[in-house]
Amino acid sequence: MEELISLAVKAIFVENMALAFFLGMCTFLAVSKKISTAIGLGISVTLVQTITVPANNLILTYLLAPGALAWAGFPNVDLTFLGLISYIGVIAAMVQILEMILDKYFPPLYNALGVFLPLITVNCAILGGSLFMVERDYDLTQSTVYGISSGFGWALAITAMAGVREKLKYSDIPEGLQGLGITFISAGLMAMAFMSFSGVNL
Amino acid sequence: MAQTYRTMLVDPMVDNNPITLQVLGICSALAVTSSMSVALVMTIAVTLVTGFSSMFISVLRSQIPSSIRIIVQMIIIASLVIVVDQVLKAYAYEISKTLSVFVGLIITNCIVMGRAEAFAMKNPPLASFVDGVGNGLGYGLILMLVAFVRELFGAGSVFGLTIFETVNNGGWYNPNGLLLLPPSAFFIIGLIIWAFRSWKPEQVEEREYRIQTVEAH
Repeated sequence: MEELISLAVKAIFVENMALAFFLGMCTFLAVSKKISTAIGLGISVTLVQTITVPANNLILTYLLAPGALAWAGFPNVDLTFLGLISYIGVIAAMVQILEMILDKYFPPLYNALGVFLPLITVNCAILGGSLFMVERDYDLTQSTVYGISSGFGWALAITAMAGVREKLKYSDIPEGLQGLGITFISAGLMAMAFMSFSGVNL
Repeated sequence: MAQTYRTMLVDPMVDNNPITLQVLGICSALAVTSSMSVALVMTIAVTLVTGFSSMFISVLRSQIPSSIRIIVQMIIIASLVIVVDQVLKAYAYEISKTLSVFVGLIITNCIVMGRAEAFAMKNPPLASFVDGVGNGLGYGLILMLVAFVRELFGAGSVFGLTIFETVNNGGWYNPNGLLLLPPSAFFIIGLIIWAFRSWKPEQVEEREYRIQTVEAH
């Protein structure tokens, strides 16, 4: 149990998806104008992450890993080279389902997220989460915890960023730096602040 | 028609740059820009994948049912990335070893997906191919600029060739370590955007709140 808590804390703060690994930056910068939209997107990312990381873990253990197909009578088959395409397939299916659900039951959120909802599929944080799960050999419990907490860490970062930007819009910024430029620079400052977590060892 | 193809190719580099204007494909821009040779290989790989995926998706655009279009697009893109990965492993093993993670991340590069959604689903194959290549090059332009600044001032070299002799090697240049750390890429891209928009003022975003003096009633 203690090990799982330390895994969660590490995934949220020390190895924050957005600010320590720079994953999911496109949506992080584009959808962080308003706190409410940012929270909505954060929740969808956490949701997708929570489902896809364990799902990909199951696929890896029972279909792709060397010898995993022994139950089907193919003990010598190694399908790991199909990893990338299967993970992205699972992610794309999950996002499409989420899009349909949001469209039907939460139209305001669906309209607010607009073009960025399909782009969750290409959110590096989601694929990155699954690839880290593979790289670090997490089992099913660990990958569930990792999925939830890394998604939550990303949601936390984008919400904080939206908070900064909501205040920032009242400030007097040079013309050319307006909007995207100043967002990059504030994200850089946040990333530097988050680098101070990198020394924390649990 | 030749004119429009040229516009399609050049337009994404300056006027409609994927990184500075469309905010796409930033993750890898931060990760692969600490040295120029890596950035160059990344540029070539992304340009090829964007061009060909746009072309194939455009060929199939009337066959793809819209409710499962994302999955179909992802499968095309992922297959192309696997091909690029295998080719790199076969012919440039050293580079593929340094790039390994980033090649996989081309799948999640929003530029590829963004162009597929926004352009290739509505336009004929050749136009989509040119548009994809143009966007790949626009992305590469920013990537090379950032990598140039980071490698030159962070390590004193360009493409691995020493330009500034660093203090450690008995020279005079004291390298700026911050530029080798990822946050510096944020600052450099921010400054590049500033420069681009000072040059092309029509790209400046409208202020949400303009500071002004209010007349007393």
